[in-house]
Amino acid sequence: MAAAMPLALFVLLLPGPGGWCLAEPQRDSLREELVITPLPSGDVAATFQFRTRWDSELQREGVSHYRLFPKALGQLIAKYSLRELHLSFTQGFWRTRYWGPPFLQAPSGAELWVWFQDTVTDVDKSWKELSNVLSGIFCASLNFIDSTNTVTPTASFKPLGLANDTDHYFLRYAVLPREVVCTENLTPWKKLLPCSSKAGLSVLLKADRLFHTSYHSQAVHIRPVCRNARCTSISWELRQTLSVVFDAFITGQGKKDWSLFRMFSRTLTEPCPLASESRVYVDITNYNQDNETLEVNPAPTTTYQDVILGTRKTYAVYDLLDTAMIHNSRNLNIQLKWKRPPENGYIHYQPAQDRLQPHLLEMLIQLPANSVTKVSIQFERALLKWTEYTPDPNHGFYVSPSVLSALVPSMVAAKPVDWEESPLFNSLFPVSDGSNYFVRLYTEPLLVNLPTPDFSMPYNVICLTCTVVAVCYGSFYNLLTRTFHIEEPRTGGLAKRLANFIRRIRGVPPL
Amino acid sequence: TVSIVHVLSYLAGIAWFLALAFPPLTQRTYMSENAMGSTMVEEQFAGGDRARALARDFAAHRRKSGALPVAWLERTMRSVGLEVYTQSFSRKLPFPDETHERYMVSGTNVYGILRAPRAASTESLVLTVPCGSDSTNSQAVGLLLALAAHFRGQIYWAKDIIFLVTEHDLLGTEAWLEAYHDVNVTGMQSSPLQGRAGAIQAAVALELSSDMVTSLDVAVEGLNGQLPNLDLLNLFQTFCQKGGLLCTLQGKLQPQDWTSLDGPLQGLQMLLLMVLRQASGRPHGSHGLFLRYRVEALTLRGINSFRQYKYDLVAVGKALEGMFRKLNHLLERLHQSFFLYLLPALSRFVSIGLYMPAAGFLLLVLGLKISSLHEAGVGLEPGGSPGPSVPLPPAQGVGLASLVAPLLISQAMGLALYVLPVLGQHVAAQHFPVAEAEAVVLTLLAIYAAGLALPHNTHRVVSTQAPDRGWMVLKLVALIYLALQLGCIVLTNFSLGFLLAATMVPTAALAKPHGSRTLYAVLLVLTSPAATLFGSLFLWRELQEAPLSLAEGWQLFLAALAQGVLEHHTYGALLFPLLSLGLYPCWLLFWNVLFWK
Repeated sequence: MAAAMPLALFVLLLPGPGGWCLAEPQRDSLREELVITPLPSGDVAATFQFRTRWDSELQREGVSHYRLFPKALGQLIAKYSLRELHLSFTQGFWRTRYWGPPFLQAPSGAELWVWFQDTVTDVDKSWKELSNVLSGIFCASLNFIDSTNTVTPTASFKPLGLANDTDHYFLRYAVLPREVVCTENLTPWKKLLPCSSKAGLSVLLKADRLFHTSYHSQAVHIRPVCRNARCTSISWELRQTLSVVFDAFITGQGKKDWSLFRMFSRTLTEPCPLASESRVYVDITNYNQDNETLEVNPAPTTTYQDVILGTRKTYAVYDLLDTAMIHNSRNLNIQLKWKRPPENGYIHYQPAQDRLQPHLLEMLIQLPANSVTKVSIQFERALLKWTEYTPDPNHGFYVSPSVLSALVPSMVAAKPVDWEESPLFNSLFPVSDGSNYFVRLYTEPLLVNLPTPDFSMPYNVICLTCTVVAVCYGSFYNLLTRTFHIEEPRTGGLAKRLANFIRRIRGVPPL
Repeated sequence: TVSIVHVLSYLAGIAWFLALAFPPLTQRTYMSENAMGSTMVEEQFAGGDRARALARDFAAHRRKSGALPVAWLERTMRSVGLEVYTQSFSRKLPFPDETHERYMVSGTNVYGILRAPRAASTESLVLTVPCGSDSTNSQAVGLLLALAAHFRGQIYWAKDIIFLVTEHDLLGTEAWLEAYHDVNVTGMQSSPLQGRAGAIQAAVALELSSDMVTSLDVAVEGLNGQLPNLDLLNLFQTFCQKGGLLCTLQGKLQPQDWTSLDGPLQGLQMLLLMVLRQASGRPHGSHGLFLRYRVEALTLRGINSFRQYKYDLVAVGKALEGMFRKLNHLLERLHQSFFLYLLPALSRFVSIGLYMPAAGFLLLVLGLKISSLHEAGVGLEPGGSPGPSVPLPPAQGVGLASLVAPLLISQAMGLALYVLPVLGQHVAAQHFPVAEAEAVVLTLLAIYAAGLALPHNTHRVVSTQAPDRGWMVLKLVALIYLALQLGCIVLTNFSLGFLLAATMVPTAALAKPHGSRTLYAVLLVLTSPAATLFGSLFLWRELQEAPLSLAEGWQLFLAALAQGVLEHHTYGALLFPLLSLGLYPCWLLFWNVLFWK
């Protein structure tokens, strides 16, 4: 043992930082990407994606050395046997009608959905603990997730990564519509990035600008992916995404001009040295169509064309890494079949139990073209127990947003893309073929006013009665239970005897 | 058998009501909502010229198209950066509305939503301008658009703001509100709304028809006498004071001197005006319809009189901007302050705890009367009461059986009054040379009068031993019926309840088939619900210092009847069914007591 220790130290110290890559093939990689999309309404959307991929079996115990992958999350995966974790914080609402379909939408507030490994025995306990831990990591009130707002969807929220089976028992989903997202949630999110906010694209993530927008959504997605083409072993993928929509009307005084500096009050200076890929994509599709006299400055090095969300898009690509050195040359075409449920018109309803679990209504419906489908749910307003009201009961109570997941037939047939090579914004949702694309839309949360008692009066009454009771009861109790008896005067201590002695000498009556 | 206690109680009720305008009972208003109280906002609106230009454009387009210039509004709202939606609606009124000159109504509402950044559209505020068929309110639309442009440039909004321009004034508002809340309560046909912005927290309706105003009048009384939270009024008053605006209530300036008798007397005048307006149960401005959906709302009207000092649109805009910014601060719905109050002045109010005794004293008369009748041995128990009265004959059941016919007949009359005028308008219009609206009103009056002439008492067997028993039982039932109805009305709409109680209670207590029946009959007719309405119209114009002649009064009365029926069908006002199905049958019972054979 004594001999082994120095040997181990020696082995660890000998290959310096430069030699590490030589000693072992690259085990983890970072790709970062920024997509800037001028929206139909004139606003500008910016979507950051950072992908950290690690070829490691995190589930196995004993993984202790972390390089790019954040240790906090890695340990979480190991400890709670996570298969997938999706967490998003959103402030604002993606207005699909005006902004077009989003790359990734999230409901207003905080959303967390997790697939656990099938080795987990007590899923609810793990879920509870996990939400508390995440609450600490992201400085959010995720600890408010409990059985009353957790559901287990049966049709939606399939795993996005590698999955052998999809037993819904291991899925948990919760939304906290009241969660307010602010700097304290952004900072821990930024700290998960390998370059933090020191270099690369993350330099642009200045809180004061990001929260000056119409929409702010940040998310963390963890999932297992195939390590190689044959999918013999798995890698872990961490995606950190952040979308913001800048209000062109306010920032640009009604003009369509924008620049990185104007949006983020920063410019890009250097790539993140740890990143294997660092790119900025600018959607120039509409500019080409409209034949606008428009200049993208500086001129893009290359352009990228693809079918995104059913339409053909052209992107100007800026590669932040000067050389065409791309470490990642493995060709991997992941084929994940999106399991279609066998029958159409699936309806799953799980009624609520008061104070235990919420309602869950899942409907699988085929919408006719150019039609309006209205799903309405009748509900009754009931009085809550008086301790269940929030401190601001007259604000109303939130009903979580509903989720619409759809496989939309694409207008243009997309060519099957190399999944590993395509930009990050195009590859979060697994799509089986080019004729469909997947969207997930969220509705606004609903604010419902419940009958609210006038809290001012009961509170006063309670305070007053408690005071009266305390005062009356206290004194009465004292009077009734205490016994009073006259205490015989003691002969006194030394001081008294001394005083009496002096008094006797002076001829004054003693005390 | 009217004791001095009855008289005293009645007089106490009236005196208490009259005393409400005097300082110990009126209190100064104060802001209760913390979110709106402590911080003062700085108003920066400076779009007066823009508002005037937009108003001119709007008026020109409206003249050209003869209706709401929907396309122009959409374009303009879009250009100031709002999300714009339209809603079309149509409504066939139950009979032609002669006051507003409309029957088959179809129109389009235009609204633009300013989306608050980083908010999920869970809450919103509404600024609305109702546009009628005439060319009024153009300046209000101009100001609305200019405010929208100014608001759009600000980043501090936490709630979405809806800028709503409705066509056919209140009808459009009703259509929009129903579609927004996805309900249909009045048979309005409208297209569903495409854009929504969560729960509406507060609404302000604006009516402005001139470039300059001398004062801003605020209207609070809504549908069925509902009132907005007092804090909303306090908010308006705060900005009146801050901007040095002249603000009025009921079109009257606020009395200044509350120490002498002048102030309270003026206050009493305003209090009476408010009571009359609240009792009418009609929405006094498009804000009145919002109140039904628990949206606190009020209407601001720009008045342009011959006063010397005038304010331009910037001053009004600043007041509105300030109000909206403060409302934007709200964390909860307005709930801290009073929902039930009377206003003797803009800055003074009477809370529910202080005005309720007035109605309580009046209802006490009924209570005393009921108990004295009960003590006199009139009971509904078939077995007879073991009271001090003479041993009751076995034909005690007569008392109960004799009630069935008058109760049924009077209730049937009420039902006929409620249903027949609108149902039979075409028949009436075919057979008589009158228009439908007139036919409705005349049928209404005819049925009302016919109720008096119908024989109610079909029961001919009168107990010889207790000849008074029959009518006393009927009177007992009628008194209980009246007391219950008035009690319920007073709780929901104090003004209406008090007015009805003040008129109906004395004659109801007096009614008996002895003595000078003619005098009693005249008294009873004078205090019937219709006569109360007629008298209220005169009092109303008298208080507004525009007295009515008898002929004018009659015309106004007919118009008010038609409006009452119409408002019940179009907005769901409850005064008409309340009077026809509840109070009129009850009043007929007293008539029946009076002419008991």
